[in-house]
Amino acid sequence: MTSVIVDDRPDCDGPPDPAGSSEQNRRRVELDLGDRLAVLAWPGAAWLAALLVVAPVAFLATSILSPRGDVWRQQWETRLPGELVQTVVLLAGVSIGTLVLGVGFAWLTSAYRFPGSRLFGWLLISPLAMPSYVLGFVTLSVIGFTGPLQGWWRAQFGADAWFPDVRSMGGAIAVFSLVLYPYVFLLARAALRDQAGAAFEAARTLGAGPLEAARRVVLPQLRPAIAAGVAVVMMETLTDFATVQYFDVDTVSVGVFRIWRGTFDRDAASEIATLVLAFALAVIGIERLLRGRARFGEAAGRASGIVPRPLSGMRAGVATGLCTVVFALSFLLPSIQLVVWAVERARSDNGTPVTERFGDFLYHSLLLATICAVICAVVAMVVTNASRFGHRRSTGLAARLTAVGYAVPGPVVAIGVLLALVALDDALERIGLGLPGVAATGSFLGLVYAYSVRFMAPALNAAEAGLDQVSVDMTASARTLGHRPSSIMARIHFPLSRTSLATALVLVTIDALKELPIVLLLRPFGFDTLSVWTFNLASESRFEQAALPALTIVVFALIPVAVLSLSLNARSDAAAAAERATAPAGEGLL
Amino acid sequence: MPTTGAGRLLGSLALLVALAAITASCSGGGEEDVVRIYTGRHYDLETAFVQFGEETGISVEFLPGSDAELRERIAAEGEETQADIYLTVDAGNLAIATEQGIFAPIDSPELEAAIPESLRDPDGNWFGLTVRARTLVYHPDRVSAGAMPTTYADLAEPEWAGRVCLRDSSNVYTQSLVASLIAHHGEEEALRIVSGWADNAEILNNDILILESIADGLCDVGITNHYYLARLLEDDPDFPVKLAWADQDGFGVHVNISGGGVTRYADDPELAVQLLEWLATDGQSAFVNGNHEYPANPSVEPEPLIASEFGTDFARDELPASVFGGLNADAVRLMDEAGYR
Repeated sequence: MTSVIVDDRPDCDGPPDPAGSSEQNRRRVELDLGDRLAVLAWPGAAWLAALLVVAPVAFLATSILSPRGDVWRQQWETRLPGELVQTVVLLAGVSIGTLVLGVGFAWLTSAYRFPGSRLFGWLLISPLAMPSYVLGFVTLSVIGFTGPLQGWWRAQFGADAWFPDVRSMGGAIAVFSLVLYPYVFLLARAALRDQAGAAFEAARTLGAGPLEAARRVVLPQLRPAIAAGVAVVMMETLTDFATVQYFDVDTVSVGVFRIWRGTFDRDAASEIATLVLAFALAVIGIERLLRGRARFGEAAGRASGIVPRPLSGMRAGVATGLCTVVFALSFLLPSIQLVVWAVERARSDNGTPVTERFGDFLYHSLLLATICAVICAVVAMVVTNASRFGHRRSTGLAARLTAVGYAVPGPVVAIGVLLALVALDDALERIGLGLPGVAATGSFLGLVYAYSVRFMAPALNAAEAGLDQVSVDMTASARTLGHRPSSIMARIHFPLSRTSLATALVLVTIDALKELPIVLLLRPFGFDTLSVWTFNLASESRFEQAALPALTIVVFALIPVAVLSLSLNARSDAAAAAERATAPAGEGLL
Repeated sequence: MPTTGAGRLLGSLALLVALAAITASCSGGGEEDVVRIYTGRHYDLETAFVQFGEETGISVEFLPGSDAELRERIAAEGEETQADIYLTVDAGNLAIATEQGIFAPIDSPELEAAIPESLRDPDGNWFGLTVRARTLVYHPDRVSAGAMPTTYADLAEPEWAGRVCLRDSSNVYTQSLVASLIAHHGEEEALRIVSGWADNAEILNNDILILESIADGLCDVGITNHYYLARLLEDDPDFPVKLAWADQDGFGVHVNISGGGVTRYADDPELAVQLLEWLATDGQSAFVNGNHEYPANPSVEPEPLIASEFGTDFARDELPASVFGGLNADAVRLMDEAGYR
């Protein structure tokens, strides 16, 4: 059809074919037809993606239309106010924690040279591979009241010796900050490299001291990047319900699950769940406010970035020490502890159950993560391209809706997908297209669908950052030269944003490897993953036996993290673009 | 329409997903006799099911998950569900599954003979298969025999302030225990007891942590399921926490069950019933012992470890599991009102 003729043109830059004007006319007619189709197809594809993401969430939101006043009143009179306060305190604490660690280390590793500074540039990203629930249970087991550290402490200083309460809000804030700060770190470092660095150097040349230059020039320029990073961090914290329970922090998300599981009232629970969504919206609002009018990720020309100054003596020691401590606490020590437990258990009679299915678990985890990453990347590319080819405002809205799943807790997404697929199944059956067997649930398809709903935002954001690298003029020129959108996407946009798309793959893979609640609810028989294995043991308090699967998750999530680190350290323009593309939700949601 | 780039991409995407789906479904089982179970119980199930397979030639596939989520899944799947059996811990979960219409009543004289009335649904929707007691645990060096609390309500008295470790209200075991207090004492008195607990206790989020906290001196007494202590004693026979059967002069110690029923849209209900019957009789020991639980079938001996450590001769609360299971939602609300986390 049309595509054959148009796409077969050897080279659009070549001289016009003098052979036949009728051939050319025919081509033009068909080109117009293709264009017209494209005008419909691109926004159509973007809105289809948005619809697929929003449908499951909307299924749960319908309960809001007939609110259950009694449950609201009872909750409002008892635990809800406390939950709201704790949610706010947790979000604020984790934001500050990740802000300090993320921006601090970005500045330290960009602006100074000290022993290990280059190495730490990528070691400090590795906590991305550590699921927060794993760091949570390792922390409690080691330095909680019953852990060896406090046992030793009491033996030294008596049974009543004071020790900070680990199972507390403070402990939760520390754990979340340690695993989530890389999001802020990555973005702040990219912004330093692209824009703020040059401005800093300019300010220094003009006579500003380093602190003044940092405060007056660098921080304002970093603000959008920081805001985007912290927004991601807040979403991750908000949608968590496992780690907070370890630390006895009573958030709104925990409340939703208590009501749902304890009173068996799904409607009431999903009403409270809308509060979580309200928080997510508030986060987005704050991010927008902080970002102001600045447009994140638009580098005007390639700046050379900051010139690192060497630190020496005491100062160098402190810098290396700080990096070492945070890397050790967030990644190295917990990993070592997991190794120790895994080895101990392997040697004991009471080993990790069903180790013989290890291969299956690993294969399932990798298969699922890979397929979801590819789907998210492809859909994200189509959706972002649509905003360039289609009507900008309308497709932009579609893109934002496509990212909404990131702001919804995993179990809520899972149940939403369950209900949506069942409705689809019924609808198909009614028009005589009944699918054989369980089309809706317990199928690999449903699982992939739910993952894609949840993790589209990181992919979308990376793809958008990638497309930003291609100027609108370039796209317009290509169109003037007769290329149809699909061809432009394949021949121009795709090659130029390849690095960002690779980043999208990497980010979704990491998230998908760590994911638990969706796979727990929607997987088919026998399709157990590493995270399911970890859950089965951890839910029975067999934490040491859970070390082996938990460690495996960390190791395999570390591979994409390493890929990301290495590509970022290549210090090319493309890598810098990829680094900017690592704002998984902030940009995508806005 | 596949002429557009987006269309073509979506086309190849669909192809990819289809391929993946085929790959994944190929790893599923064959066409032999299979019973499929959704289970909220994740102890050592395997031994029992493997044994069942060897004895009968029927294989068992099971999907561990969270109770509430699995119920949602069965309900949503409706007629299409693959689950033949829903197996779970706690009567509360079984009661709500019944209310949601997930089960089909079972008519099995063998099951009725094997399982006492208080441990099964009056209408035969579900049968308890294992028994766990939720009782008092204490550190013998810090609580003398004379000063020992004897009832759940005792822990609400001011003398125990700061000395008690209890499980959080999100946990279904706590919910069932409080539901039984409501059933025995009425809402008002139950509220008083739970408020007292809230004042006195350090609230922890798993039973192992409660036991270890007592061993390490954070508190002196607590309430846990008996098998968690058995598990710790198995690893370390000198673990310094003892068990006391609660409320022996009153209603008896609160016992809960894990159990299951046949789903309404089971593919092969007869096979499913056959498995439940086996688990209630010949398979009891294999099913129960892996988790140090008491058999639901009174004619089956409990394993030596719990028989010698905890004994078998104790008064059990006869309150039907279906009754306190049905009060679960009230228990959650009551704990919210009592300020019990």
